[in-house]
Amino acid sequence: MSAEFDIAETLDVKGASCPMPVVKTKSAIDDLSEGDVLEVLATDSGSMSDIDGWASGTEGVELLDQAEGDDVYKHYVRKTE
Amino acid sequence: MSTDTPDAPGDETPSRAELAARVDELEDALAEATSEDDGKKMSIIATKGTLDMAYPPLILASTAAAFGYEVTVFHTFWGLEILHEERSKDLKLSSVGNPNMPVPNAVAALPGMDRVTTKMMEKKIADNDTATIEELIETSLDMGVEFQACQMTIELMDYDESEFYDGVTTGVGAATALQDMADADIQLLV
Repeated sequence: MSAEFDIAETLDVKGASCPMPVVKTKSAIDDLSEGDVLEVLATDSGSMSDIDGWASGTEGVELLDQAEGDDVYKHYVRKTE
Repeated sequence: MSTDTPDAPGDETPSRAELAARVDELEDALAEATSEDDGKKMSIIATKGTLDMAYPPLILASTAAAFGYEVTVFHTFWGLEILHEERSKDLKLSSVGNPNMPVPNAVAALPGMDRVTTKMMEKKIADNDTATIEELIETSLDMGVEFQACQMTIELMDYDESEFYDGVTTGVGAATALQDMADADIQLLV
């Protein structure tokens, strides 16, 4: 799954709850370059829906994948512009 | 009237050049209108200053900023408490008037009960790693959210403007808020 893209940066927001996973993801994306993929590790179960919603409603980002692991939700977001 | 031919050439028929000019004019107007509408905007009016009611405007403001919205939060009446740097860290939860509280209203009205319920809520916030009001304000300010403090209520309720967070806009009133709401894609009164 993650073999399809290289991860430029990992953001650990484990423990943080709404709205921080989305807010910190946005800040982390701002610091990346076009084409970079950000991996987000969260424990907030709402992050699956929230990061999906954020990515579809935000210009310049694309949600590549989401995975639910052992109590950790992983999100892969590419900066597209 | 039935003898009129609608497509008969007359003085009022615009020339090709006139039509082309009109098209250019409309295209310019459209470009201007759409460019102004490029960024989405949200306008929130925050009127409450209890711990529970301080959260929704701040959570929505910071999240909308993460979506790239231009966000204005206009604070008035008790909403000004959220902008007060010291008191925002110590907002209270009311134990009365909320039937979902674990204590009956008659007990909740006893002296000191607001302090008890506030402590309970603060503990839950800490245990759940929910952001504090201060964190949400600092984060929102970093993300470019504009916090406005209503001038009329600053004076009515004797606030000292120097005690607000740095970056709070003062000297604004209802007309400013209304203008923001008129321009916004989302308007909320909390």
